[in-house]
Amino acid sequence: MTMLEENRTVPAPARRTATVTMAAALNAALRDAMAEDPRVVVYGEDIGALGGVFRVTDGLQAEFGEGRVWDSPAAESGIVGTAIGMAEYGLRPVVEMQFDAFSYPAFQQIASHLAKLGSRTKGRLRLPVVVRIPCAGGIGGIEHHSDSSEAYWAATPGLTVVTPSNPADAYSMLREAIASDDPVIFMEPKSRYWMSEELALPVQTLPMTKARVVRSGSDVTLIAYGSGVKVALDAADAGAEEDLSVEVVDLRSLSPFDDETVCASVRKTGRAAVIHEAPGFGGFGAEVAARLTEREFFSLEAPILRVTGFDIPFPAPKLEQYYLPNAERVLAALDTWEW
Amino acid sequence: MTDNDVVVTGSARPAPKPIALIDESGSAVAGEATGGFGMPPVEVLLELYRQMVVVRRFDVQVTKLTRQGRLATYAPALGQEACEIAGVAALAPQDWLFPSHRDTVAMLARGIPPQGVLAFFRGDWHSDFDPKQHRVAPLSVPLASHVLHAVGLATAAKLSGDPVVALTFLGDGASSAGDAHEALNFASTWQAPTVFVLQNNHYAISVPLSHQTHARSFADRAAGYDMPGFLVDGNDAAAMYAVISQAVERARAGGGPSLIEGVTYRIEAHTNSDDPTRYRTADEVEEWRRRDPIARLETYLRASGALDDAFAQRAATEGEELAARTRDLMNAEARVDPLELFDHVYAAERPALRAQRDLLARELADAATGGQR
Repeated sequence: MTMLEENRTVPAPARRTATVTMAAALNAALRDAMAEDPRVVVYGEDIGALGGVFRVTDGLQAEFGEGRVWDSPAAESGIVGTAIGMAEYGLRPVVEMQFDAFSYPAFQQIASHLAKLGSRTKGRLRLPVVVRIPCAGGIGGIEHHSDSSEAYWAATPGLTVVTPSNPADAYSMLREAIASDDPVIFMEPKSRYWMSEELALPVQTLPMTKARVVRSGSDVTLIAYGSGVKVALDAADAGAEEDLSVEVVDLRSLSPFDDETVCASVRKTGRAAVIHEAPGFGGFGAEVAARLTEREFFSLEAPILRVTGFDIPFPAPKLEQYYLPNAERVLAALDTWEW
Repeated sequence: MTDNDVVVTGSARPAPKPIALIDESGSAVAGEATGGFGMPPVEVLLELYRQMVVVRRFDVQVTKLTRQGRLATYAPALGQEACEIAGVAALAPQDWLFPSHRDTVAMLARGIPPQGVLAFFRGDWHSDFDPKQHRVAPLSVPLASHVLHAVGLATAAKLSGDPVVALTFLGDGASSAGDAHEALNFASTWQAPTVFVLQNNHYAISVPLSHQTHARSFADRAAGYDMPGFLVDGNDAAAMYAVISQAVERARAGGGPSLIEGVTYRIEAHTNSDDPTRYRTADEVEEWRRRDPIARLETYLRASGALDDAFAQRAATEGEELAARTRDLMNAEARVDPLELFDHVYAAERPALRAQRDLLARELADAATGGQR
């Protein structure tokens, strides 16, 4: 019996209701995907015995063995490069980059091969690889532990780039990412790992490529993703106290982009602001603003705003609170409009 | 500045003598110089000879077609046929080959038709053959990046319990890239059934070996990864075949990866856009022409009575036929479909791409009707 055959008789996942953190939801998604499909393997730095620095892979090695879950050498280009070869052979690797900025050594493998091999071979090779990237700041991380790299990936054709903002989406979207025949950059906002909600797993939410209106409102649309969704919801709460009716759209997927849902919201409210942690200059918000301007110019009552990180390298832990967008900064930005 | 110039001398230590089975004069090598490797069976040597003759004719033809403007570019393997052919000949059908940009003739020897291996160089598409059918990955341009793919595939095969080996070619230039180290280390750590064949052809475009490394041999690196390493005369097809075959079978049997350095020489320019007279002498090239891998094997086989004029003629004729077929294929206009640009980027449907495809389709339709809307 080979290592891959050992786990083929694991029963289908049972429903269970509990308070679930995002980290636990991701863990459950990995476990259920591995139980269901023997081709799914998980590797990266410290993801075995330690269970990952954020414990997202906790217990998986004990359950599935070192033939399915293992610690790799500490080299991200090697991790993604070997995942490409594994996918060419028919496995479905899920690899972890540990921290956002640690993914940069893998940039060539992702941009030049993972994203392009499908097109390069006229679809004769498909690479069902999931690259999990714990991303963004807000956890007091030292330098290189808090970057937001989504604009690089979203600008690369061939990749699907998604990011959950809550435990239910985290489970559902990771399952869908692993089942996808296309390579998926799966960005996990670190500051939301410990957010919890009552959940019965397994759970299936909207398809991962769809945006979702997470709060309905009529005056303005806040467009956010990942960690920015919490900021947008906080701003909506604060706005409500000032009789401002705020709609919040969680993009969930950056590539592909759900124009339909976002445009429908802006048609309704007539005003839009985009929120993200990454610097505004050349950031993903620019794409959102451009798309909305092209499509909904005549629905707009005011210029589209961006409330983002400053155009500086991500700061040291004691300074990150001044850098990160928050509800106050969002509302102050909305005040710059003529109402 | 003069006191602090980067002084490039190469290693002060003499390189070990490469393993050889047939020397430059075509005589069998005896004793220590063989590294303990035995001469491959004569039918294997004849097959290596035949394939080298055929692919050289192909290679020369493609270089000419490129100069005539029929291909966008081409990276010739002239002079490196022993490495290319021995590497492929050592593989079983289920094994995989991960080529670099200079390994077109190895891909051809693996059974991919000329139009399949040349689509990239003609500019029809980045790759146009079925990797799974031939167990050959698309050729890879970014140096050493593909070597990691070989390690990954070999590891997947090992995890699946399949007796599959991945062989990958890289060059002296690629040896400097970080991915080369990562691949060797991952392969060693995971004991992946991978065979690394480093063709040391002495130049990365114009940059000579002495500016690439101070080390006396790339094969020495194997010790640091605790894997077998062999420095081999890369113009000796018999030795390359013997060493690579042993490495392939060791990997298949669970013995892990090997690193094999074939010392060879790029006789031609890097590509048609290169001018080697700017960085190397004609004498140097002539010196390496005297060590030609095909002439050497032919001399040996003729002396032993295994090769006669009829065999040599058949191989030459086969090469001519392939060259003629290649000329016909490359002189015919390439059929490219602009609308196919959008078809393979994703497995999943993308509405945004469908819209862009429609846009291009309208442009094409407008152009076809003389711009009338």
